[in-house]
Amino acid sequence: MKRHIISILIENESGALSRVAGLFSARGYNIETLTVAPTEDASMSRMTLVTSGSEEIIEQITKQLNKLIDVVKLIDISESSHIERELMMVKVRASGEMRHEIKRLCDIFRGNILDVTPSSYVVEVTGEQSKLDAFLRTVTDDHIIEVVRSGTTGILRGERGLHA
Amino acid sequence: MELSGAEIVVRCLRDEGVEYIFGYPGGSVLHIYDALFKQDDVRHILVRHEQGATHAADGYARSTGKPGVVLVTSGPGATNAVTGIATAYMDSIPLVVLTGQVPTPVIGSDAFQECDTVGITRPCVKHNFLVKDLSRLAETIRKAFFIATTGRPGPVVVDIPKDITDPNIKVPYEYPKSVSIRSYNPQVKGHRWQIKKAVDLLMSARRPMIYTGGGVILGNASHSLVRLTRLLGFPITNTLMGLGAYPATDRQFVGMLGMHGTYEANMGMHECDVLLAIGARFDDRVTGKLAQFCPHARIIHIDVDPASISKTVRVDVPIVGEVGTVMDEMIEMIGSISDKVDAKALEAWWARIDRWRQINCLGFDRESPKIKPQYVIEQLWEVTRGNAFVTSDVGQHQMWAAQFYRFDQPRRWINSGGLGTMGFGLPAAIGVKLAHPDADVACVTGEASIQMCIQELATARQYRTGVKIVNLNNGYMGMVRQWQEFTYESRYSHSYLETIPDFVKLAEAYGHVGVRIEKPADVRDALEEAFKMKDRTVFLDFLTDPAENVYPMIEAGKAHHEMRMAPGVTVDRELA
Repeated sequence: MKRHIISILIENESGALSRVAGLFSARGYNIETLTVAPTEDASMSRMTLVTSGSEEIIEQITKQLNKLIDVVKLIDISESSHIERELMMVKVRASGEMRHEIKRLCDIFRGNILDVTPSSYVVEVTGEQSKLDAFLRTVTDDHIIEVVRSGTTGILRGERGLHA
Repeated sequence: MELSGAEIVVRCLRDEGVEYIFGYPGGSVLHIYDALFKQDDVRHILVRHEQGATHAADGYARSTGKPGVVLVTSGPGATNAVTGIATAYMDSIPLVVLTGQVPTPVIGSDAFQECDTVGITRPCVKHNFLVKDLSRLAETIRKAFFIATTGRPGPVVVDIPKDITDPNIKVPYEYPKSVSIRSYNPQVKGHRWQIKKAVDLLMSARRPMIYTGGGVILGNASHSLVRLTRLLGFPITNTLMGLGAYPATDRQFVGMLGMHGTYEANMGMHECDVLLAIGARFDDRVTGKLAQFCPHARIIHIDVDPASISKTVRVDVPIVGEVGTVMDEMIEMIGSISDKVDAKALEAWWARIDRWRQINCLGFDRESPKIKPQYVIEQLWEVTRGNAFVTSDVGQHQMWAAQFYRFDQPRRWINSGGLGTMGFGLPAAIGVKLAHPDADVACVTGEASIQMCIQELATARQYRTGVKIVNLNNGYMGMVRQWQEFTYESRYSHSYLETIPDFVKLAEAYGHVGVRIEKPADVRDALEEAFKMKDRTVFLDFLTDPAENVYPMIEAGKAHHEMRMAPGVTVDRELA
C-alpha cells in the first residue's frame, strides 16, 4: 500500500471536482488529501490528490481518472523526483513555561507564529506531510486547540512540467 | 440564420441526421416540443413512461449502430430516465439524452419539478452537460453526439434549462462542422510492437481460445473477427453481449461462456494455454471465481478502453485500440510471417473440444407434456430462420434465448447484459422495429419482466410497430426461483406471482392480438401465425414448465470447470 501523489489538470468547468470525488467514492478508492486551485491557464484547474493502494488499484485509479472527459492530463508525481509541500496552521495553548517551549519548537520546525494572545499562538508550519505530523507529535495533543491543514500539493523537479 | 434555443435543439438533431427521438413532454421542455411540432425532419415517438423512451432509443441504437436520442422533462422525467441511462452505460450504448431543467434563475431553489439531473446521472453517463449559455447550445449538442459515439460509446446527458429554449430569444445558428476536445482523444490504432507480441504468442499456442464481447459488435468489427478466427482456426466463444459477432452456426463457435455458458466453452477457457480476449471486460458473470480463471493461459486483451484492461484479470499482452483496426493489423501480420500454428497440437485440442461437445450440455426433456421454454426458443429460431432481431428482458428467458437462438449476425441480439434491467425488452423491441420496419422483431420475455414496462403496449399500438412478444410464462420470477431452489433449500420467498393478468385480454385491450399456448404441439403453429401478421403486435403467452432451470450453471464462487449440469446430463470423469 504505497502512498501516491497524483497531479491532475482538469477543465475549469462546474462539476469537475464532483466527477473526481464521485469516481473515488463510487469505486471505493480512498482519498487522503485533495487540493484544487486555478493555474496559470484560467481554463484549467490543477488538483493534487494523495491516495494509497496496491499497484493494481493505482493503475485503475489513473486509468479511470484519464477516462473522465474533463481530465486533460495527469501524472503520478510520486513516481519521479518531486517536491511536495503542505501548509498547516495550529492553534496551541501557550501560557507559562510552554510559551517559550512552543516558540523554540516553532524555530526548530522553521514555523512562523501568525497570531499571539496572552494564552495562545497560531503557528504556521510548511513542509512534507511527515514533518507536519512530527510537529504535532512534539507539541502533543494536550496543547493543541485546533489544527487546519491544506492537504499536499506537489511539483516535479527539473524542467519537466505538466501541461495541456 | 437566427434561431431560438428550442429551434436550435431541433435543428441540431436534424443536422446530426437523427430520424427518431423518443420522449415524453412536460413543463420544462414545452418550448422544444413546440419547435418539434413545427417540423417534419425528426420524428418524435411518444412513449408512456420515460424509462420506455430510454430503452426504445437504446434498442434503436443497438440494432443500427447509430446513437439513440431521448427527450424528457425535468425532475421526474429525468429520474424516470435514469434506469435506461444506467442500462445503456453498463453496455456502452451511444445515447444522447436531452433533459429539460427549471429556468437558470431558479436552479438550486427546489423549484417545481427540479432535480439535480447532472448530479444524479453523473455516475451512469459517459459525460453530461448543463447548458447555461444559449450561445454554446449547438456546440454542446455536437459534443454530446461526438462523445457518445466515439471511443468506448456511452450515454451523454444534456440538461437544458427552460429559459435557454425561450422562443423569444434568438441567436445566430451554425452547426459546428467538426469538434475537438483537448482532453478527449480515443486511441484508434494499436501499438505495433504489442500486436507483434500478440501474434507471436498466438503462433506458439497449443490449446488456444478466442473470447470476444460486446466491443466487437459496438466496433462494427464482426467481419474482421470472422476473418481472423477462420485464419487462425481456433475455437471461439462469445459473451452474452458478444453473441452474433461470430456466426453461432459455424463449426468453430463453441457457444456462449460464463455462468450459463456451454460445457465446451467453459472447459475450453479452463484448459486453454493462450487466450485472445477482444472487446470483452472479464465481467464476473463470465469469469466465475477469479483466482481460478484460465489458470494455464497467457492472455492477450484488445480493447478501446484502457481501463478495461487488467481491471479484474491481469493480462500479459494489453493492446489499446479499436478492435477492428487491431484485428485487421493482426491478420496482415499473420499473413506476412513464416511462423505457423502447430497444426498437430490444434488438431488434438479440437478433438478434445469435440468430445466435450458430445455431452450435449443444452439437452432438455423433449417428451415432456409441458411446454419447455428451450423448445419455444428453438422453434422461434426455426420459424424466423435465424434472421429475427431478438430483444429480451432479464432472467431465465434471457439465458434460454442466448443459448438457443443461434445468432449468425451482429446487432440482432438486444439485451441488457450489464445492468440486467427487467422491463428492457418491449420498449427496446419498439425501437428496433422502428429502425427495421421490414424485419421480424421478437421480444423474448417472462410474465414478471414484461409487467415492468407493459405500458409500452400503447406505444406499440400508436406507431403500429408489429413486434412479437414471446412470453415464457412460468408464474415465477424464474431466475430468482432457480437460485432459491439451489441455494435457499427451495424457500421460494416472494418469487411466485400469485396474480398475473390475463395477457390475452390485456393485449386485446391495448388493440393487439393475444394468444395463449398451453401445449407443446401448438407452439410451432402459434409462432408461424404470429409472424404472418406482419404489422400487428402479437402477444404470445406460452404457459411453460414452472420447474425448468437454466443449465449448465456456474454457481457463485465456482470456477469454469465446476459447472452444475442439467439432471440427466452426465459428464464422463475422463472428459473433465
